[in-house]
Amino acid sequence: MYPSRFSYESPKTVQEAISLLDRSGGEAKILAGGQSLIPMLKLRFASPEMLVDINGIPGLDYLRVDPDGTLRIGALCRHEDLEFSTTLANTHPTLAAAADLVADPIVRTRGTFVGSVCHADPQGDWAATMVALGGKIVAQGPQGRREIDVRDFVLGPFANALAYNEIAVEAVIPGAKGTARGGYLKLERRVGDFATASVAVALDMAGATVSHAGCALAGVGGRTIDANEAISVLQGKPLTAENIEAAAEAVAAVAEPRTDHRGSADYKRHIVKTFVTRLLTNIAKSEQKAA
Amino acid sequence: MALDEIKIGGMGASRRRVEDNRFIRGKGNYVDDIVLPGMLHMEILRSNVAHARIKSIDTSAAWEIPGVRLVLTGEMMAARNLAWMPTLSYDTQAVLATDKVRFQGQEVAAVIADDPYIAKDACSKIVVEYEQLPAVVNPFEAQDPSAPLIRDDKENQPTNKIFDWEIGDKERTDQAFAEADVVSKIDLHYPRSHPSPLEPCGSIADYDRATGKLTVFMTSQAPHIVRAAVAMVAELPEHQIRIVSPDLGGGFGNKVPIYPGYVISILASILTERPVKWIEDKTGNLISTGFGRDVYLRGELALRKDGRILGMRMHTVSDHGAFFADAQPTKFKIGLMHSTFACYEVPAAHLTSEGYYTTKAPGGVAYRCSFRVTEAMFFQERMMHAAANDLGMDQAEFRRLNLVKDDMFPYRTAFGFLTDSGQYGKCLDIGLEAIGYSTFKQEQEEARKRGKLLGIGISTMTEPLGAGNSREYDIIGIKMFDSAELRVHMTGKAILRTGAKTQGQGHETTWAQIVAHELGIPAEDIVVEEGDTDTAPFGMGTYASRSTPVAGAAVAMVARKIRAKARKIAAHLLEVSEEDIEWELGRFYVRGNQERGVTIQDCALAAYSNVPDGLEPGLENNAYYDPPNLTWPFAAYICKVEVDAETGVWDVLKFVAVDDCGVRINPMIVEGQIMGGLTEAYAMANMQYITFDEEGNCIGSNYMDYLLPTAWETPGFELHEVVTPCPHHPIGAKGVGECATVGGPAAFVNAVMNAIEHTGVRNVDMPMMPNRVYEALQTGEDVSGMPPMKVE
Repeated sequence: MYPSRFSYESPKTVQEAISLLDRSGGEAKILAGGQSLIPMLKLRFASPEMLVDINGIPGLDYLRVDPDGTLRIGALCRHEDLEFSTTLANTHPTLAAAADLVADPIVRTRGTFVGSVCHADPQGDWAATMVALGGKIVAQGPQGRREIDVRDFVLGPFANALAYNEIAVEAVIPGAKGTARGGYLKLERRVGDFATASVAVALDMAGATVSHAGCALAGVGGRTIDANEAISVLQGKPLTAENIEAAAEAVAAVAEPRTDHRGSADYKRHIVKTFVTRLLTNIAKSEQKAA
Repeated sequence: MALDEIKIGGMGASRRRVEDNRFIRGKGNYVDDIVLPGMLHMEILRSNVAHARIKSIDTSAAWEIPGVRLVLTGEMMAARNLAWMPTLSYDTQAVLATDKVRFQGQEVAAVIADDPYIAKDACSKIVVEYEQLPAVVNPFEAQDPSAPLIRDDKENQPTNKIFDWEIGDKERTDQAFAEADVVSKIDLHYPRSHPSPLEPCGSIADYDRATGKLTVFMTSQAPHIVRAAVAMVAELPEHQIRIVSPDLGGGFGNKVPIYPGYVISILASILTERPVKWIEDKTGNLISTGFGRDVYLRGELALRKDGRILGMRMHTVSDHGAFFADAQPTKFKIGLMHSTFACYEVPAAHLTSEGYYTTKAPGGVAYRCSFRVTEAMFFQERMMHAAANDLGMDQAEFRRLNLVKDDMFPYRTAFGFLTDSGQYGKCLDIGLEAIGYSTFKQEQEEARKRGKLLGIGISTMTEPLGAGNSREYDIIGIKMFDSAELRVHMTGKAILRTGAKTQGQGHETTWAQIVAHELGIPAEDIVVEEGDTDTAPFGMGTYASRSTPVAGAAVAMVARKIRAKARKIAAHLLEVSEEDIEWELGRFYVRGNQERGVTIQDCALAAYSNVPDGLEPGLENNAYYDPPNLTWPFAAYICKVEVDAETGVWDVLKFVAVDDCGVRINPMIVEGQIMGGLTEAYAMANMQYITFDEEGNCIGSNYMDYLLPTAWETPGFELHEVVTPCPHHPIGAKGVGECATVGGPAAFVNAVMNAIEHTGVRNVDMPMMPNRVYEALQTGEDVSGMPPMKVE
């Protein structure tokens, strides 16, 4: 496994990194955790002329919650920082549930949240949670910063909305209005396997009523599937078995699975439905307990 | 005073593995760690299509890259009569393709350059023009009269069939079926898997024109076979060939065959007069080197109403890929498949086998098994499971009734093997007790009421290890004995060399324990060396669990020769006649006067400083061991699972393994072998296979598609032990390296089937992935895993 020739730069500031990207004219790649990029280089699926390693830039590894409940994740925040966070389960349970299902423990020590969203793998866990939670990516380039809704950010498989001279410096995820409830389920044959199907669900609860519902799917389409509209059938309703069933049907209907060696399209759609049902039923049960 | 055997690291001591001192420090010495002065690097260009005629190969752009020293194609190999090479099964295999490519990943060209990056760059500049031909991805397609002829290079090869083979007594078997009350049938596919050792294959060829000597550092489980083959094929004098197999990062059968990369690197070194290193990448290893299994297993049992087996019929259809390159004893075209049902009383049996070429990678190596024994035992235990159900009998009771009883040994199996010892019923009972079998049926019923699907699966088997006795077993004509050479230095320290080749088994630790047991020299005083054909005695290498049964026996025998000579020296030192000398561990003494004695170390010193008249000085010897029979370890594996009916996901709740591998040299290493083997069994049952789409594209060419289980999902295993010493092995050992891989898969599969067979399904092919189990649950019908895989 020998990659093509590339040059390596290790800037000390974001500005410096941006000017390297700017000068490269689109032939450079940002190296953050490298858990997808390095294998792609070795397989020569990617052959950039330059790697801009941002690991030497201080101040990008944060995971913090603003007073208004907004979560901010810096470009060098590792998967395991979310996994081992003691507060995430309260503020953003969907992210907390996904955190220990991302890849495997070794990858999680090094890979980054923001890098994973940028990679825009249709199987990516974080992109799905971002879509369900209405997250945004902050891009910084020569003209300054801009916020991009994740649904506009992920353009397709392995394609994002960053200009060649922009860096994704932060992910921004709003806090819940009301009580945050959510979960993440993934069917995989082995840790680190590409998901056969994954489901992210994020609810804001006002008492027993769903005030806002978010949902996204991974592994069941050529891109992250936005199922927010489908799950909106729950809006303003309690989590009864009947409502859960309707939501699960609606979400499964927007999946775009394909038959491959992980299962048939029908099977994957069935898994989506099963997982939505399980996630919502679990939330309903815990609500009952709380009440 | 006799020594405490455990304290000196003798038999039965769970001594820590001495090789780990360097492995855990990153100080191992693998082929890729070796750097020779002036060394060049080789990269292979592989075919991206399965079956195609080569119209042209243009290498001109590759030659133009600075740092490229040589670009080799099949045409250039052919000019030196090296475009094809013989396989271990008397077929031929393309080294670099000349006429056609016959599988995706086949070697088409090679670049030799100053560094591996340049070689890789240059490979991408080679332009190959293909005229595509239809792919053939299973042996049934291969039989179709309209199928393309894959081996049009061969004379007398009008079809894609490689062989027909049979063994057993057809007439008596037919008779048994005529008399049967119940006939039970099963139809299985054992999918293509791959040994996938952590270290891929590689070599460094170093031809020295001045001395005429060829040295090859390579990843080989059998370096002496390689030396013999190179001598015969390349027509180089054998004394001028040195094969060195340094530390190996696993083998599992994958490193037995001779691969094109080795041969190309040798020619490249001869042509460039520089050492040439070739290290395969992981994808290259998965798509081109020796795979395992890929056999369709069909059979039936003739049964009496009371549960006794009257006869067994089996038919195998095997997929060997583009070249028949199985590594197996010459006499047996489908390995030791006929060891099936060896642990049961079967009065009559008949096996028929057909083998076919397909446009898939060649191989058919024994992936952690003794030549197709894995398939034989998987068939046996899936067949037993189906038969018990058809009879309406309890799984354990049906097995117990038909197992060979302790007082029946030596027992001649229906196919003619001679099993010699065992306590089969005792192993089964220990396993049943440990899993909680007596209350399981009730537990299963209650769980089902709560919507939970529980299942239990049993696999009991004995397998033939230690090939083999030289009457029946040879590879390319070389008899399958093995050897050991022991030199005791004057201070009582020693060096031991054998013809085996450790690749993770821990020979450096356990061989020293055998010597410690025989001579009383502490294990830590003995260094073990293997793998260098210039220094090690001739041997057939390590695979088929043959190290301990064969080379390990040679170690005991050579130590006994040393002890016999030491006895003469002891008699001289003690000034008594040899007949008056007694031995206890580590020491000779005068009969009737235990105080008066000399240690083995005293004898060693005397061998170099005070030798009696008429005796040669020195204390060294060698032994060649030709085993009188195979060895027959037994195992009972019992697995309990829960199946999620909504997803088809299954979890192992408990797994119990009862192994009787005879006397255990190092119990810790034995347990490690069993756990490793069960992990591989779990992988095959659960997630692991290589399949192909209809165009012959390999699905499973990387570790995202070909899954190796991690510690995360691998279940825990509860191990139990029964010891029935092997009656003919010098230290009573039977071998254990492969028992768990061989017997394990059926335990997992039988357990999942037990959980779901109330729907009427009889079989789900491995791997039992959630989607397959779910499909079976939904439809109540069998789920086949036969390629081509459907991909949208």
